[in-house]
Amino acid sequence: MAIFKSTKTATNVDTTQDAKNSPDKHQPWKELGLKEDEYESIKTILGRRPTSAELAMYSVMWSEHCSYKSSKIYLRQFGEKVTDEMKKNLMVGMGENAGVVDIGEGWAVTFKVESHNHPSYIEPFQGAATGVGGIVRDILTMGARPIAVMDQLRFGAPENDDTARVVHGVVSGISFYGNCLGLPNIGGETVFDKVYQGNPLVNALSVGALRHDDLVLAKASNPGDIVILFGARTGADGIGGVSVLASETFDSTGPTKRPAVQVGDPFAEKVLIECCLELYKAKVVAGIQDLGGAGLSCATSELASNGNAGMRVQLQNVLLRDDSLTPEEILMSESQERMMAIVPKKDLKAFEAIVNKWEVEYSILGEVIKEPRLYINWGDEEIVNVPPRTVAHDGPVYERPVAEPKWIEALNQDTTNNLKKAETPDELATQLIQIVSSPNQASKSFITDQYDHYVGGNTALAMPDDSGMIRVDESSNLGIAIATDANGRYGQLDPYAGAQLALGEAYRNVAASGAKPMAVTNCLNFGSPENPEVMWQFKQATAGLADGCLEMGIPVTGGNVSFYNQTGDVAIHPTPVVGVLGVIDDVARRIPSGWQDAGHNIYLLGTTEEELDASVWSEVIHDHLGGLPPKAKLNKEIELAEAIQAASLQGLIASAHDLSEGGLAQAIVESCLRFNVGARIYIDEIVEQNNITKTAALFSETQARMLVSVGREDDVKFVGLCEQRGIPITRIGVTDTEPTLEIQHIATWQLADLKAASEATLPDLFG
Amino acid sequence: MKIGVVTFPGTLDDRDAARAVRIAGATPVALWHADTNLHDVDAVVLPGGFSYGDYLRCGAIAAQAPVMQTIIEKANQGLPVLGICNGFQVLVESHLLPGGLIRNENQHFICRDQKLKVENTSTAWTNQFTQDEIITIPLKNGEGGYIADAETLKRLEGEGLITFRYEEVNPNGSMNNIAGLRNERGNVVGLMPHPEHAVEAGFGPDTPAAMRSGVDGLKFFTSVIHSLVNA
Repeated sequence: MAIFKSTKTATNVDTTQDAKNSPDKHQPWKELGLKEDEYESIKTILGRRPTSAELAMYSVMWSEHCSYKSSKIYLRQFGEKVTDEMKKNLMVGMGENAGVVDIGEGWAVTFKVESHNHPSYIEPFQGAATGVGGIVRDILTMGARPIAVMDQLRFGAPENDDTARVVHGVVSGISFYGNCLGLPNIGGETVFDKVYQGNPLVNALSVGALRHDDLVLAKASNPGDIVILFGARTGADGIGGVSVLASETFDSTGPTKRPAVQVGDPFAEKVLIECCLELYKAKVVAGIQDLGGAGLSCATSELASNGNAGMRVQLQNVLLRDDSLTPEEILMSESQERMMAIVPKKDLKAFEAIVNKWEVEYSILGEVIKEPRLYINWGDEEIVNVPPRTVAHDGPVYERPVAEPKWIEALNQDTTNNLKKAETPDELATQLIQIVSSPNQASKSFITDQYDHYVGGNTALAMPDDSGMIRVDESSNLGIAIATDANGRYGQLDPYAGAQLALGEAYRNVAASGAKPMAVTNCLNFGSPENPEVMWQFKQATAGLADGCLEMGIPVTGGNVSFYNQTGDVAIHPTPVVGVLGVIDDVARRIPSGWQDAGHNIYLLGTTEEELDASVWSEVIHDHLGGLPPKAKLNKEIELAEAIQAASLQGLIASAHDLSEGGLAQAIVESCLRFNVGARIYIDEIVEQNNITKTAALFSETQARMLVSVGREDDVKFVGLCEQRGIPITRIGVTDTEPTLEIQHIATWQLADLKAASEATLPDLFG
Repeated sequence: MKIGVVTFPGTLDDRDAARAVRIAGATPVALWHADTNLHDVDAVVLPGGFSYGDYLRCGAIAAQAPVMQTIIEKANQGLPVLGICNGFQVLVESHLLPGGLIRNENQHFICRDQKLKVENTSTAWTNQFTQDEIITIPLKNGEGGYIADAETLKRLEGEGLITFRYEEVNPNGSMNNIAGLRNERGNVVGLMPHPEHAVEAGFGPDTPAAMRSGVDGLKFFTSVIHSLVNA
């Protein structure tokens, strides 16, 4: 049709020849988010001014989101603070699309978590949906079949008028996209705090499994191989999303930035997944790269740079949804559900047969060349002629100013010591209900019931258990467990400890399921790196995490950094989301988080200290944040995890639940409600043994603790096992045939009432 | 015994359905939406998912797929066909079963362990159940609200074509608590909940006995094997 005919002519394209002829032409580098010295260094690299297409490429690829220019110097320590033992099972480390871990029996697993924070505030539904889509494509590029997703969400205060908009949009977006992809959603986090009001966090994790032999790395290294773009057509969505959205602080008075958010089509992605898996199986691709942030700019330059080769691309061959797009827009578009394949010439026919079978559109863009140079033509005109490495990997690196916040000392001194502790049984009972029904501690089933956790038929554990667990091998029952955690309140008081506490909790959650923790991924959510105080928080958190991983002996396999999570001058709390992956030889051995039968003994493992600073208790009861977070006890976490694994291998444990936010009280209530089994609990011994208040016994957030239930026949063995290993163990009660929870000398509740208190909160707020 | 499992673009539970067929003791055969050949299968499962994205009415495009033209023809001759979730929607859009399925009453996608009452055991897919048996299998859908005009409902009730009803909770606002239907002949059954997710201990719904040990869905598949063996 004539109306779709291209209106472009060669004369209005900025060619490399034009760039040589008009060295002093004004270019909008500033509007594209580049700093003056960055623009100058592009000129130095090229020996001339960039063309407008080159400027577009450099601007998106050198943005904070793509280049990690402010974080790079700190992320290096994840690769440096490692032992040979930690690297033993690492098949692919940091720097690729996602890390790959050997889990035995010829299987490997790849997993990663990524942020989609800024788009999810502007357009929550599409922002969250495309966040899921993006991380799943990352997993796919390693040659793995994606097998599960999880999401880590932070919203503003529940009572704020805008929060419901974001909650509904984000949850619907994840539900819409993830369910339609056929990937079970097996867990995640939801936290409300006013610090996230203008900067909600939407992190999405995906995990995939592959046979060792099927590992593929996205690179273009063989000259003559064909470069093919396939999947959805390229449109105007997400143009400049990377540089405009993820690398700039929101200005509440600025214009709406809606056009920069991408729009997702999960059906197209589902077809693309199956199509890519068939391409891998047929071994007709040398590599596949997804098109995410920075679109074609990223895929072409990264593939060539990774392969130490170059590429010739004809940009007019890109299939468009909108024929009015300029070459610069085509290079920057972040249209979803697109992939770039590198295909050996001899395999082209087979490639075409498979994509045609799946009715996926494709177009041949060009070929791989030996010379490490990326040439992009628009018709006969050359519009890009750059060394791909300078675009993809040799971007600017900043050592930004760092300053310990002036306010932190006063904040650390404002402890909970002076807050009124509950004294009477009535006060303690009232506080317990206030805590378990508070939005952050209440049941999240209102959200998780909107996600399919059954599809695939391999889900061994999902929310509300401590970890998600997926069977990887149907014949041997080999499986993996994943948990993610982060506590921004801890991070605000001490970012170094905050990162270690997130690591410790995720590790503990995986251990509670019976799996052995093996590897770490992370998504580091912070404010503006241009603020020295934020940069200090980031420096502390990364050091804490790297040191923590070294101490625990599990490597970081990859991750993601999200800066600029702030509105005006106010940054979010440092929120380093840490994901831990564990392996379990037989998923039938998995341990649920709640008691399953009456008449079991209930044990608290670990010691309890008077650690109420930054706790849920201080937040819910006193609206207080100050002091120092609980001490990270990573060494104790390892001992605890090893004891649980040993006990699980002998089949001694009926349930295990980690103690974290909300302390013992929260864990007891959740353990009752998991399978609706009651309990009688006494805390007097904990109070006396540890010399703490009753408030601390119930609500302290001391680390390295777990709540375990054990059948009577296994009792002696289990207690012996803990004592032998030096794990502090206190019997605090028994499970009951009555559907009630009695905490002696405090109160007795019907489980139905506790369930109603826990489950009503979110529907009341958002239903 | 060969049971075909159809894959449309956007089908999600095809591998689960094939596993269920295998666990029940038959051989699953993958059928492709664009292929009119049913490869001599003895029965067909239309699994769940979002066929062609379901951007139109759910199942409406799949009902026009080449494979469905053969399935409709054979179903009318007595080939056992089970439609699960999106497959149920496809059966309704193909007019193999009456009525329609609309957005859940609460407007959300729902994933939950759902109790059902087996109302009719005279079908190829339910003969191993007992009348009025209460079973638990997962439900997961966004558009599961069953609707039909008053006359159709009357006929469904009168002729005993309602095969499953929601028990305790009607999750999606379905009329008359209808969770699943059969055709007059009893060879075609469609339902919204997912029997293929309750066939293997360890990966099904929770039961009072143990976590994730529910296998109530298995009888759908042993039923069809039984009916074929005795045909």
